[in-house]
Amino acid sequence: MKKIAGLLVAALALATVAWSQGALLINGAGASFPYPIYSKWFDEYRKAHGNAEINYQSVGSGAGIKQVTDGTVDFGASDGPMNDEQIKAYTDKHGYGILHFPTVLGAAVPTYNVPGASAALNFTPEALAGIFLGKITKWNDPAIAGANKGVNLPANDIVVVHRSDGSGTTYIWTDYLSKVSDEWKNKVGKGTSINWPVGLGGKGSEGVTGLIKQTPNSIGYVELIYAAQNSVPYGAVKNAAGTFVKADLASVSAAAAGAAKSMPDDFRVSITNAPGKTAYPISSFTWLLIPAKISDAGKRNAIKDFLKWSLADGQNYAEALSYAKLPKEVVAKEAKALGSIQ
Amino acid sequence: MLTMTGVCAFVAVSVLFLILGYLVYNGGTSINWNFFTKLPTPVGETGGGMANAIVGSGKLLLLATLIGVPVGFLGAIYLAEFSGAKTAFVVRYAADVLNGVPSIVVGIFAYALIVAPMGHFSTLAGGFALGIMMIPITLRSTEDFLLAVPKALREAAMALGASKWKTIATVIVPAAYRGILTAILLAFARVAGETAPLLFTALGNRYWSPGWNHPVESLPHMVFTYAISPYEDWRRQAWAAGLVLLGLILVINILARAILSRGIAVPRS
Amino acid sequence: MASSSTTVPGAGPIVGSRSFLSKLREGDEIARLITFIFAAAVVLVTLLLVYELWRDSVLARQKFGLAFLWTRVWDPLADQYGALPFIYGTVVTSTVALFIAVPLGIGAAIFLAELAPARVSDTLEFFIDLLAAVPSVIYGLLGFLAVVPLMREYIQPALKKTMLPIFSGPAYGLGFLTAGVILAIMVIPFIISVSREVLLSVPRDQREAALALGSTRWESTWKVVVPFARTGIMGSIFLALARALGETMAVTMVVGNVVAITPSLFSPGYSIAAVIANEFTEATGQLYSQALIELGLVLFLLTFILNGLARLLIIATSQRGSGMGHA
Repeated sequence: MKKIAGLLVAALALATVAWSQGALLINGAGASFPYPIYSKWFDEYRKAHGNAEINYQSVGSGAGIKQVTDGTVDFGASDGPMNDEQIKAYTDKHGYGILHFPTVLGAAVPTYNVPGASAALNFTPEALAGIFLGKITKWNDPAIAGANKGVNLPANDIVVVHRSDGSGTTYIWTDYLSKVSDEWKNKVGKGTSINWPVGLGGKGSEGVTGLIKQTPNSIGYVELIYAAQNSVPYGAVKNAAGTFVKADLASVSAAAAGAAKSMPDDFRVSITNAPGKTAYPISSFTWLLIPAKISDAGKRNAIKDFLKWSLADGQNYAEALSYAKLPKEVVAKEAKALGSIQ
Repeated sequence: MLTMTGVCAFVAVSVLFLILGYLVYNGGTSINWNFFTKLPTPVGETGGGMANAIVGSGKLLLLATLIGVPVGFLGAIYLAEFSGAKTAFVVRYAADVLNGVPSIVVGIFAYALIVAPMGHFSTLAGGFALGIMMIPITLRSTEDFLLAVPKALREAAMALGASKWKTIATVIVPAAYRGILTAILLAFARVAGETAPLLFTALGNRYWSPGWNHPVESLPHMVFTYAISPYEDWRRQAWAAGLVLLGLILVINILARAILSRGIAVPRS
Repeated sequence: MASSSTTVPGAGPIVGSRSFLSKLREGDEIARLITFIFAAAVVLVTLLLVYELWRDSVLARQKFGLAFLWTRVWDPLADQYGALPFIYGTVVTSTVALFIAVPLGIGAAIFLAELAPARVSDTLEFFIDLLAAVPSVIYGLLGFLAVVPLMREYIQPALKKTMLPIFSGPAYGLGFLTAGVILAIMVIPFIISVSREVLLSVPRDQREAALALGSTRWESTWKVVVPFARTGIMGSIFLALARALGETMAVTMVVGNVVAITPSLFSPGYSIAAVIANEFTEATGQLYSQALIELGLVLFLLTFILNGLARLLIIATSQRGSGMGHA
């Protein structure tokens, strides 16, 4: 026992002494969807600018908002903008506000497993809402078949699959359904976790795609980045302009560009069902949540400098990881907003 | 009937070995020297490692052991040797209930108790959460092994005029040491693989974590974030991290058994 | 708290001061005090945890009252929360897990302790201990990628032929049964490790006496060795039960995550720990996160009750009087 105790003490001492460098440590936490691109950005930024170690952890959007409000991290991140109530709670607690900065774009895509249907399927908003409400129960329902002429759809029951963990992807998906279907809006609503009318829950994107792969006649939704990286088949969705658009980086950026003109000053905007012929309708920004006032000058400068870098050089890293870039209009507007961090 | 137990053993052991094999098969190819010496790299870049997570797990587990083992071990001695039936009942019950608390709730508890008052995430908070989780397993199994020490041994020592604590320290604990070690290592292994209590305490860190007051990375947390990522590359590394974690536990098991078996010669009954 | 034959140091009058002083001199009372502090710490931590959960769920408790326990709705958007489907799922999955793991684990432990050569037994044990360290997300992925297809293609169709109501409905592969199987795999190492070690510590003369009296090997094992080690084996089952009740990640990946109460083990369901892990990080509304914490409290209560029932069961089934004291 004594020997073990000795070893423990030695190890303790060693661990305390070792690795205490003088780097500036900045902590952030929040959405898990942008975690890969953020970790790439912070790594590249550190290589280019030396001293600042920005540590970002994916704890979930809700937890990101809570942690930045509690002040346990230096900045937060979220897939959905903070609502007025949350912003008020933040301002009441700190005496200053919190700013939203869109960083990149993502999208949710319908993925399915229909034996016999070889071509990519087309989905109308009515069909998607009907399926997820549990009102359309067969694959050969006219609401689906009407948009897929010439595709052999079976008369089988549809198995609906959704995310079981609270997630930004669910938020985007249900935000879209709420916009295109009044029944969905009134009966179900939008959120990171909701009370699903039908379906099985899969844990994470992996859980959803795995379930769909394994279950014939199933349909679900995953984030575009997951579908793109893992060659998951997915369908096209009819946008507000009436064209069927398959999600890709260009059509997602197009949705953002369509919304850019009406972008509010605080960047809290939903771009689902955006106007524009080429816009993919189930797209969304993801945001960094930055306190309006950062008292530590070193941290303030590093965060501002990083944001500036992410809007310029940083955007070039996005597409390789399957994230859509911000449209130019939004970048310009954000660059101006940077000045309001004090 | 004896053959049946053989069948049970075969089924249980082969399922467990399948799991180990699966882990080795999936993670083995991603392990190289860099894995142990480098920091994690972003998606798509090769040559990264998990050195910070390995050290971080070591630090967290060290703290957890310093909290969990003394409480569990000494508490078990009280239950087995000193306490009356009612106290023992209460403590055991508490330990069993504590053991059933989901790990994420332990994390929430540690958050409220340490992170929120301190205002930031830290290695300390993570170690505390894991330490809490070690207590019930250590306590319950250590007590089982202490009670399994034959009465005759105790009585012999007492008859020789030894005081109670001397009997405990020189006769009972050494006689039960194999079991106690199993208990501690089991508790250690159990918390070594936990992610949920660390999410809101240790948080995680892409870089080195100096001292004890900063967020820190750990292997199970890396497994968790990488296993659910969209990238094949990261998922491969998740398996590798799982394998390294098992390697870490393996080494600690061997070391602990080697150190403790020296000098204490208690034959297997 | 301590009301036993001897007094607790520092509490109450000193009975028989002479013997107390002599005990103090020999260090017994000090050792007793120190170990008592640590034992009390366990109770204290548990109480503190309950207090913390109680305090952080005040809004939810006030809003829903006791009805929280039997409400079947879980709707974060309407801010309506009820715990019943989760309680049901937790009980069902844990029961299935123990149903599989206890016989298998104890059987394996008996084999390893009594029959297998010491070297083989020790080596196997070494690897079994390691399995406790496998992160639960890995068990979950493994269950999802391997056990779920196996269930859907082979095991569930086979079970369906029994025509029992608990084996009915569509075979998704996911559900209570699959979650129970994964949990069983996860808790078996605990049962084997602790039970084997306790069986090994049964004194040799017990066995030899039985064999000398003409018992077969099995009889000496089952009628002498196992009862002797019974309390320890029970302890291992308690550990397993606790682990099964509180497991999150592995369960959520295979249970189907549907808020529903259905008698068939094939149906997808949910468990308390799983819903907390799934939704706590994304819960932004105050009532919402408090309802999740209240679920934690409910699980605590459930564990408390199940442990009590398990203890009663042990007392009821134990033929030997010594068992009760250790329950």
